[in-house]
Amino acid sequence: MSAEAPGSVESTETVEGVESTEGVDTEAAPLEATTLSTQPLPPRLPGLGWRELARWFWRQLTSMRTALFLLFLLALGAVPGSVFPQRGSNPGDVVAYYQLHPSLAPFLDRLGMFDVFGSAWFASVYLLLFVSLAGCVIPRSLVHARAMRARPPAAPRNLTRLPEHRTYLTAAAPDVVLTAAAAELRTRRWRLATDESTVSAEKGYLRETGNLVFHLALIVLLLGVALGSLLGTKGSVIVVDGQGFANTLTRFNSFTAGRGANTDDLPPFSFIMTKFSATYERGGPQNGAPRTFEANLLVRDTPTSPQRPVTIEVNKPLTVGGTKVFLIGHGYAPVVTVKDGKGDVVLSGPVVFLPRDGNFLSQGVIKAPDARPTQFGFRGLFLPTAFVDPVRGGISTYPAADSPGLLLTLFKGDLGEDKGVSQSVYTLDTTKMTQAGAKGMRIGDLWELPNNLGSISFDGYQEFASFSVAHDPGKDPVFFASMTALTGLMLSLFVRRRRIWVRATAQPDGRTLVSIGGLAKTEAGSLAGEVDGLLRELLVVGAEQPDPRDPPDPSDPLEEPA
Amino acid sequence: MSTQTFAQLSNGFVYGAMGVLTLTMFAFAAELAFGTRSRVGRTAAAAESAHLVTVGATAARAAAADMVEADVTSEVDGPDGPEATAAEPGDSARQARADRYGGIAFSLTTLATILLFLGVVCRGLAAKRAPWGNMYEFSTTSALVVLVVFIAVARRRPALRYLGTFVVVPVLLTLGLAVAVLYVPAGPLLPALKSYWLVIHVAAAIVSGGVFTVGGVVTALYLVQDRWERKGVTNSLSRRLPPAEQLDQSAYRLFAFVFPLWTFAIVAGAIWAENAWGTYWSWDPKETWALVTWVVFAGYLHARATAGWKGRKAAIVALVGLSCFIFNYFGVNIWFTGLHAYGGLPNK
Repeated sequence: MSAEAPGSVESTETVEGVESTEGVDTEAAPLEATTLSTQPLPPRLPGLGWRELARWFWRQLTSMRTALFLLFLLALGAVPGSVFPQRGSNPGDVVAYYQLHPSLAPFLDRLGMFDVFGSAWFASVYLLLFVSLAGCVIPRSLVHARAMRARPPAAPRNLTRLPEHRTYLTAAAPDVVLTAAAAELRTRRWRLATDESTVSAEKGYLRETGNLVFHLALIVLLLGVALGSLLGTKGSVIVVDGQGFANTLTRFNSFTAGRGANTDDLPPFSFIMTKFSATYERGGPQNGAPRTFEANLLVRDTPTSPQRPVTIEVNKPLTVGGTKVFLIGHGYAPVVTVKDGKGDVVLSGPVVFLPRDGNFLSQGVIKAPDARPTQFGFRGLFLPTAFVDPVRGGISTYPAADSPGLLLTLFKGDLGEDKGVSQSVYTLDTTKMTQAGAKGMRIGDLWELPNNLGSISFDGYQEFASFSVAHDPGKDPVFFASMTALTGLMLSLFVRRRRIWVRATAQPDGRTLVSIGGLAKTEAGSLAGEVDGLLRELLVVGAEQPDPRDPPDPSDPLEEPA
Repeated sequence: MSTQTFAQLSNGFVYGAMGVLTLTMFAFAAELAFGTRSRVGRTAAAAESAHLVTVGATAARAAAADMVEADVTSEVDGPDGPEATAAEPGDSARQARADRYGGIAFSLTTLATILLFLGVVCRGLAAKRAPWGNMYEFSTTSALVVLVVFIAVARRRPALRYLGTFVVVPVLLTLGLAVAVLYVPAGPLLPALKSYWLVIHVAAAIVSGGVFTVGGVVTALYLVQDRWERKGVTNSLSRRLPPAEQLDQSAYRLFAFVFPLWTFAIVAGAIWAENAWGTYWSWDPKETWALVTWVVFAGYLHARATAGWKGRKAAIVALVGLSCFIFNYFGVNIWFTGLHAYGGLPNK
């Protein structure tokens, strides 16, 4: 992407460039006059030497057409990232996609379609784009730095050929008019250059400055993103009411870290979740819509610091040092007590069930690997407001736990966990198990399992909250870069670069012919108004002078002097 | 007044606005059907042509009336030139009628805008929050923004009033869709939306949407007018529309105005996301398409500065960008699931 963005093709073109500019279309002409790398290439084959080849390649890469092509490629490349499930955000959906399209999925996977934004081809598009951008913006910055110090260009010979021009005759002497023009333009903060018969003025350098700042800030932004993905860490953890969390690697349910992140040295904070509470709309058309989520915590910033109470809400994270803890989800954990065939308690406490719909029908698995003589496990559904639908079976009709029910399906046999292969706590591998019964339970119910397997009691439920614990050192650079980019962008789009020339020449009859010419380099905008404002000020200058040629005729439209 | 009363009032205002807009559509159509060019259009065209003419020794800017009398044909004879001054005498009756319809259409547009504004305000009062928490509210507010932008543009450049029909039709479609498909009763927000960023981020997105839409309409008309100019076709619409170059300029101004705003909407969304989800960018479908829209419009701005891409090609890029925006609004909410599932559509 070259810096010729936002409608501006600005360059250091000379007076000739100005003079050749006819009509209103001032946008196209300067492009051909640029001496920058964005200049369209001459239709000439490159030489055979590697140096020429590299030069040719570099100029191709930094040309505007290439930048445009890469921009469109970037836009096109991002689309599959929204169409196909992405490993980064929805690993479960990728697995589901594999099951639905077993022949297509591996092929898509090879193309990186399930990790578009981390794929090599996507990276190569944006890296090329940024190289192209740097290759264009950096030389332009140097050119612009020189242009800022340069004098405004000398006046074209014929000011009346400019898109904005006014001419009038006055009794005031040429140097009086020019001094007045220079003074007026200076108070309006134009940059000036004067000679004996003209004043040249230019304004709006901030346009190109903003343009360059915008593009340079984009490079900083990309570096910030890279820094974050290199050094950042992100983990998620589920915490049940009354339980705690300590910020160490082993405590996370899932954890990702950048290549350069130090995962042994996470900030040593910890918390206990005293109570999670959620409220929902009752009655009315939005019955069941969530209204508030609150996780009440007792936080220790370091192992030795005192506990402080903190409430985390959806838009109110906990911040400890550079790490933030976000509330991202919640659900129910039925509390059960499981006894085995020998009457020993093998499991007692809350078991996390993952919500499956808006009314928190939740799915989970209860396993008893330590049960003797026979292992067994359950597939379960927790229904916060249980209702048995004649067609759909057990469903939940409201997200709050108004009348909780637990539907369990019993499997007995080998849980397959003894081989040292770790299994998900949310799935039950039933390949070596047989179904041995099913039951719907209410709180307080006890189910004596068949075949003397043991028993299970449904003692109640607790709520759990899932938290995301994130540390991103690239965040602040990205923030400042985006703010800078935005400022630069506005300057480059809203500031107009324009020039005004004033020429005053003595006429044979003793009067002075004053011509004012204005040229906007991008779009005219209010240049006419500015030229008219200057004209009004200058007309005042001549008004008090006695006219050498009587009577005065101010309405005389002047024809082009030869 | 109670929530229920405000909600009913809001609905009443929105339906009222739709009724008035339907009449507006006919009035604009009638204006197009009669006369060669309405008074406002003629004056505007003449003023713009006169503007380029060398001004004599008198003070700078005479009143518009004087400008019309200036010798328009002397130096710069724009496409409006001859028509602007020489209206066929036989047409005067038709013209008066067209002017009358034009005036009615514009007044009706203003009335509809006021009604819709009241509808949006009452919706906010009913829900006791900024009224853009779901697709229905987003759509009605966007429609309001489109109308406001159109009125602002038409006041600055009266010749662009002929966009009327082409602006009112999409506004009516949006409102129709909002009322018939997207409607949800007024109510409090989901916890995820309870943040002042809702006001900032969503408002920026809504205004961007409104300006993108008007810009898109102007761009489409530019493409049509440009084609007619190339082929030398003149018809009732081509005579009334501003010349292609002016349409192109107006579209560019709208897009150049809205691009930083859209950038801001994305940045504000990222800040909010960082505050709510812990990541400023998650490549959620809505974010992805917002970026795609941004990149395409960045391409448009670059294309306008690239030889060989100016004009028609750049205009087509802008229309692609508008399509991306619209897809991001409707398509992503309907077909994709993601973090931005606040539309209030069923089965979310």
